[in-house]
Amino acid sequence: MEHVVIIGNGISGITAARHIRKLSDKKITVVSTETDYFFSRTALMYVYMGHMKFEHTQPYENWFWKKNRIELKKGFVQHVDTTTSSLHFSDNSILNYDKLIIATGSKPNKFGWPGQDLNGAQGLYSKQDLDMLEKNAPNNKVCKRAVIVGGGLIGIEMAEMLLTRDIPVTFLVREDSFWNGVLPAGESDMINRHIREHHIDLRLGVNLKEIKDDGNGNVKSIVIAETGEEIECNVVGLTAGVSPNIDFLKESAIETGRGIKVNRFLETNIKNVYAIGDCAEQHEGIGQRRPIEAVWYTGRMMGEALARTICGTPTKYNPGHWFNSAKFLDIEYQTYGWVWAQPKDGETNFYWEHADGNKCININFNKNTNKFIGINTFGIRMRHEIFDRWLTQEQTVDHVLTHLKDANFDPEFYSQYEKEIVAKYNSENNKQLKVKSKSWKRIFA
Amino acid sequence: MKAIKYTGLAIFIAALSIFTATLFLGDFKASKSTINEFIETKGIKSELLKKELLTVISDTKFNNSIAFSSAIKTAINKSNSYYDALIEKYDSEKNWDKKGEQFQYKVSNVGGITYDLAKKSGKGFVVENRGLLWWLTFGMGIIGALLFILPNLILLGKPGIKNDHIYHNAATSRGWIAWGVMIYLVIFYLLLYFAPYYVVNWTFILDPISKALNGGPASQWFVYGFLYCVIMIVMGVRMYIKYRHNKYQIMRTTSVLFFQIVFAFLIPEIMTSLSMPGYDFKNAFPLDYDFFFEWNLKSLTSSGGIGLFILVWGIVLTLVVVPLMVYFFGKRWYCSWVCGCGGLAETLGDPYRQNSNKSLLAWKTERWIIHGVLALSLIMTLVTLYCYFSGADSFIGIKSQWIKDTYSFFIGAWFAGVIGTGFYPIFGNRTWCRFGCPLAAYLGLVQRFKSRFRITTNGGQCISCGNCSTYCEQGIDVRAYAQKGENIVRSSCVGCGICSAVCPRGVLKLENGPEEGRINPTEVLLGNDVDLIELAKQNRKAS
Repeated sequence: MEHVVIIGNGISGITAARHIRKLSDKKITVVSTETDYFFSRTALMYVYMGHMKFEHTQPYENWFWKKNRIELKKGFVQHVDTTTSSLHFSDNSILNYDKLIIATGSKPNKFGWPGQDLNGAQGLYSKQDLDMLEKNAPNNKVCKRAVIVGGGLIGIEMAEMLLTRDIPVTFLVREDSFWNGVLPAGESDMINRHIREHHIDLRLGVNLKEIKDDGNGNVKSIVIAETGEEIECNVVGLTAGVSPNIDFLKESAIETGRGIKVNRFLETNIKNVYAIGDCAEQHEGIGQRRPIEAVWYTGRMMGEALARTICGTPTKYNPGHWFNSAKFLDIEYQTYGWVWAQPKDGETNFYWEHADGNKCININFNKNTNKFIGINTFGIRMRHEIFDRWLTQEQTVDHVLTHLKDANFDPEFYSQYEKEIVAKYNSENNKQLKVKSKSWKRIFA
Repeated sequence: MKAIKYTGLAIFIAALSIFTATLFLGDFKASKSTINEFIETKGIKSELLKKELLTVISDTKFNNSIAFSSAIKTAINKSNSYYDALIEKYDSEKNWDKKGEQFQYKVSNVGGITYDLAKKSGKGFVVENRGLLWWLTFGMGIIGALLFILPNLILLGKPGIKNDHIYHNAATSRGWIAWGVMIYLVIFYLLLYFAPYYVVNWTFILDPISKALNGGPASQWFVYGFLYCVIMIVMGVRMYIKYRHNKYQIMRTTSVLFFQIVFAFLIPEIMTSLSMPGYDFKNAFPLDYDFFFEWNLKSLTSSGGIGLFILVWGIVLTLVVVPLMVYFFGKRWYCSWVCGCGGLAETLGDPYRQNSNKSLLAWKTERWIIHGVLALSLIMTLVTLYCYFSGADSFIGIKSQWIKDTYSFFIGAWFAGVIGTGFYPIFGNRTWCRFGCPLAAYLGLVQRFKSRFRITTNGGQCISCGNCSTYCEQGIDVRAYAQKGENIVRSSCVGCGICSAVCPRGVLKLENGPEEGRINPTEVLLGNDVDLIELAKQNRKAS
């Protein structure tokens, strides 16, 4: 029986394991050094905040693995020997494989800041990071202030977490507006305001110079490069992005760049060795996507595709229309298709914001053809399937706005803003669009 | 703000302590004439009991209801065991006539008799200070609780989901406070159902309100109904604040409050005051399990037009209104918009919703138990109706009285009350609704097989975080469906909408839509464009 070994029990590795089991009878072993069982990394914040216990982040009950004959091995892989098809663990044990899937995910970036390895300076990625934060910042007596470095999704989550323990947070963001490498100005500014309304000390356009030691190896303060200002703190959150977690492959024959180089079938340069999820790097980005996609959904899709390939139906990783979501404190965000921080050539944006400043949508479309390219939606939920269909059908922005009620996914009785949105679009573009009422027929078309 | 909050908590605890302490206050003394009148109205025939009541009880002052009730129960038991001995004696002598004669002297409803006498004999502090005590208990309790709750408007920060520290708090994460509350609630229900004579002082406190509403003194059930409404209103205020960003929750909370206060409480009280049978028009059989009991049928058929109307409405409600509404809106229209049990669960019980068990084993257990209770309630009703129309006292070997008593005791009192509500802090707020309610089982069958209701999963947006499953009061593993891109179509879903509310990525939406496409087994999640024709071929080969 063929033995498939998967390194990493995150969403990519576990999705691959589950689908291989669905499609075949192969022997499956999942190796992890982080936790005994699969858990949802995106939910770690809720454990610290007291919304959940760690066990709630585990989507499958513990008996699931045995029942589905997925063997779990806890151990740290130090070296992959592709000539003998074997994994060498830190405890000197060896595991042989017929097929190897590497799904080791990411690790937080550290850019060589002085003091970045002091006690109290940490990222927020793994279960171990969560345990460390619980130790470093149990309350505002032990941690009198925290400084977060890096204005991305993990940074704002970490800020939200610390606020629940009444710990004052200073948030250092390199860009001059939050996440504006991804978000257009309107959305980015809305989130700036929202962050400040939550009493987070948001510092835009600043970099970290160094983290200072208290003399005992603990964080004492940080210094801002631009101003020289020193801010006393006990915890420094290092959330300036992540990069593939592939150091253990240095000695191996597997080709790596920033991540593990893979083709569209997620195959590496070595036969029978594959890589999926955050640690995989496409030779070339697919469509407008980046070569490395550290996103929950892409990890899952790669796992699904690779399982088919391994079980005899070669299947390309062929992601459909881009989508993503996040939550910034109290504001939910979804995106379908592409909306760039700056419209590309021939593109333009339509932006609507609600008077309360907590809801907005931004539609990117082609100036000449009116083709709909993508939407950002904040504080209003939208239907994934409808936007996916509109993107496939290459609908115009006029069609999207006319039928916007079909896409509304907010809970029942919520106020709806389609009329207001379309009125603004009409007045800006000199049009006479009328919003159609929601139609189940169209939704299920 | 925090100071106000904790002051409120202190006031509430003081009110609860006084409320509890009132049970040990006040004097009980029955005069000779009261006892004589009582013997007559109750038709007590036992000479021994009469003597005991007149010598031991009458004109003796007892310091509290416990001492008084114990004395009465001792007297009744003494008399009962005297006649039991006689029965046994005549039985061994095979003197059947004499044996048969003894039964009329026995008192079967010990609790009821004791309660009624206690209600007539209250004297002293409690009875003389009803108004003061109302303010010290109910009044202070309401004020304290509101002072505890209202500051959340500011303390919780901007509107949005605020579940911070639920698992750090001993009250909501099965800590010592939760166990303490559970013990208090369980004792409360045990007294209410099985020893109402110990809580007779609470009925004195509410006598004035009861008289104003229905013209009579308060019974223990009036106390329960009044308390139920008060708790729901106060905890409803908490819901309004906690979910103030969510209109679905606001509407739903308003609806359960309305149906509890108007339909379950006020209308029956007013009907009683008009000498009609008090009826809760929204309480559908088989949750209203005694609707077809002989006493109810007799009372309805002898109450003229209104009785007949209730009889017809009760049947139409269960057979037509309930399934039709479930078809259009899901069982939520009843369970989390109308029902009294649901109303308490969604207000008082909301802080405990995360304690429901999400394991597969719990789901399997749930299906056996809840459908078992449904079957039992139907068998009981069948037996009862057969006996009612035929005059027999048993059917298919089941004694009508036995099955009614058994059901009322185990299901009506223990399951729905003591366990269903008493265990909120430990097993979550829907234990009864999930495992026990026969009406929920019936609605669930309709919802599962013939309904337009579903919780739609939003394509591939789920990140498996688990908030939905954690906060599902019915213990549904919502995430298991959402992460596969499947809609949630489950018989037990009461449509509270909290999974949708707590979802950080906008994945879940409760909605009523066409039946076609309601259940959507998805081979591949939205996002990865596989060749579907290839996939279909492959699946056909596999199967």
